[in-house]
Amino acid sequence: MYVTPALLFLSAYLILPTLETVYLSFFDGRSRNFVGLKNYVFAFTDHTMLVAFRNNLLWLVLVTGISVSLGLIIAVLVDKVRYEAIAKSIIFLPMAISFVGASVIWKFVYAYRPAGAEQIGLLNAIVTSLGFAPVGWLVERSVNNFALIAIMIWLYTGFCMVILSAAVKGIPADVIEAARIDGANSWQIFWRITIPMIRSTLLVVSTTMVILVLKVFDIVFVMTGGNQGTEVIASLMIKEMFNYRNFGRGSTIAVILLLLIVPVMITNIRRFKAQEKLR
Amino acid sequence: MASVSFEQVTKQFDDYVAVNNLNLEIEDGEFLVFVGPSGCGKTTSLRLLAGLETVSQGQICIGDRRVNELSPKDRDIAMVFQSYALYPHMSVYENMAFSLDLQGKPKEEIRQRVCSAAELLGIEKLLHRKPKELSGGQRQRVAVGRAIVRKPSVFLMDEPLSNLDAMLRVQARKEISKLHSDLATTFIYVTHDQVEAMTMGDRIAVMKDGILQQVDSPANLYNQPANLFVAGFIGSPAMNFFQVERLSQEGKEKLSLDGVVLPMPDSVAKNGDRPLTLGIRPENIYHPQYLPLEIEPMELPATVNLVEMMGNELIVYAQTPAGTEFVARIDPRVNIKQKDSVKFVVDTQRFYYFDREMETAIF
Repeated sequence: MYVTPALLFLSAYLILPTLETVYLSFFDGRSRNFVGLKNYVFAFTDHTMLVAFRNNLLWLVLVTGISVSLGLIIAVLVDKVRYEAIAKSIIFLPMAISFVGASVIWKFVYAYRPAGAEQIGLLNAIVTSLGFAPVGWLVERSVNNFALIAIMIWLYTGFCMVILSAAVKGIPADVIEAARIDGANSWQIFWRITIPMIRSTLLVVSTTMVILVLKVFDIVFVMTGGNQGTEVIASLMIKEMFNYRNFGRGSTIAVILLLLIVPVMITNIRRFKAQEKLR
Repeated sequence: MASVSFEQVTKQFDDYVAVNNLNLEIEDGEFLVFVGPSGCGKTTSLRLLAGLETVSQGQICIGDRRVNELSPKDRDIAMVFQSYALYPHMSVYENMAFSLDLQGKPKEEIRQRVCSAAELLGIEKLLHRKPKELSGGQRQRVAVGRAIVRKPSVFLMDEPLSNLDAMLRVQARKEISKLHSDLATTFIYVTHDQVEAMTMGDRIAVMKDGILQQVDSPANLYNQPANLFVAGFIGSPAMNFFQVERLSQEGKEKLSLDGVVLPMPDSVAKNGDRPLTLGIRPENIYHPQYLPLEIEPMELPATVNLVEMMGNELIVYAQTPAGTEFVARIDPRVNIKQKDSVKFVVDTQRFYYFDREMETAIF
């Protein structure tokens, strides 16, 4: 009985829309005619879609990998310094900025003027002052995806660091001391004591990052609008849905995204439960 | 096996002196116990020796080697922590094998050493378990096991029994003493529990406020405490202290304990006319009904405040007419109640005199 209100809300705002989306993914752009798996065939064969899949994979590996490992390294290093609070605040600060705000900031960093003109972008100012030709960071296909990915890494390293730092601090001091007496050096302590002891937190942070990355679209939307081969799944979904008004394709992409996220969610929840059980 | 020496060792944290000019020689194979109230510097002394803290002044030697600059792993020591500090993600076997593995010992040798240590401690059946699947007593054994597989020249133990319940603690105490005689290695043990100190130590180092008060065998510490602190700290219930005054009676110098006149011992007379404190242990105060034969009795009239029946003895809290409170351990056959007036008997052979201002013992 007492779960009824919660169930009602969940079905109204979560379950019904999900079912509706799945339903719509089998219909055409206007949601009138049943088209079977046509939308799904489109999703896995269309060139733009394939590029988006590739880019998303790139985002997934780089953002998750670099944010988590950088966050971990900073968390461990900063644990021993006196100005820890300040260092952590500075690194955490970008978290407070929205994706759109961050994108605007980075648009200035990446700004490009043709060679010979004065460079107002920070990065190109550095590049030209070193004697190289300015780079169109957001249009050059070899670098633009990495330029976008860097923004998210900048935004989320602080998040990873803060959570991992709490886990690192949770390791009892005498366990580390015991390891030192047992003959472990800092490197061995890091690999054989610290990492295994914060493993569950590491996994939760990584899966959270995976989910965040799969959902990302705003950076792409603001910076490049998905042009020059920078499209990702979520930004393509928005485009199909709201720009092209093709509800069938939009819904299909949403379903694919959902299917990608579900296994990650499940491991996350399992981890969480396992951790609860330990308490 | 190695001797250990602290030479004028001082450890300062900002403006707080945790260990103040510690001088101590610990012999090869000795079981030395650091004891004292919390914050007395005993654990810091151990951590200095382990290399977990750096020495501010002075030097520490293990064997003939000065170890001040050596990292913990190069000091040839092993330590058992109060919390045991087991690695939670490793099995018991891996916990015990960790140090040997880091040393790059061959797998077979590691297996042999871990198994023989486990056998010695009776934990062979637990080797595949994780620490959280063990009871407190088992964890304590694993922590000891992790220390002994390394065959260090000095064992350091920081209150290893304080997380055990009373029964287990008594058993573990015996086991550690046995371990010491089996391994014949130097043990340095920190505790705040004077019973542990008295039962296990070859010698006991009593510390207070970072200063070493006295180092001696348990019996000497008990019978010849160097100062008021040691006298009050060792023994349970604690020694009673009375302020005694000098007086002249029939041309002779005497002492007065709340009106009871005592003869002046020669040792005290030699000390000049400084103010005095008299110490009497609770077991040297008797009820007149049950007196041992060999004492030199003196009456001490008092009123009973409280009686605690312990079964084997009565702990009687009483006060003299002048208001000084004291504790006595009395034969349990005595019928004694609150508010009784009793002429207790004290053994004048077992009096301890102290200089009240210097707090030092007068022998």
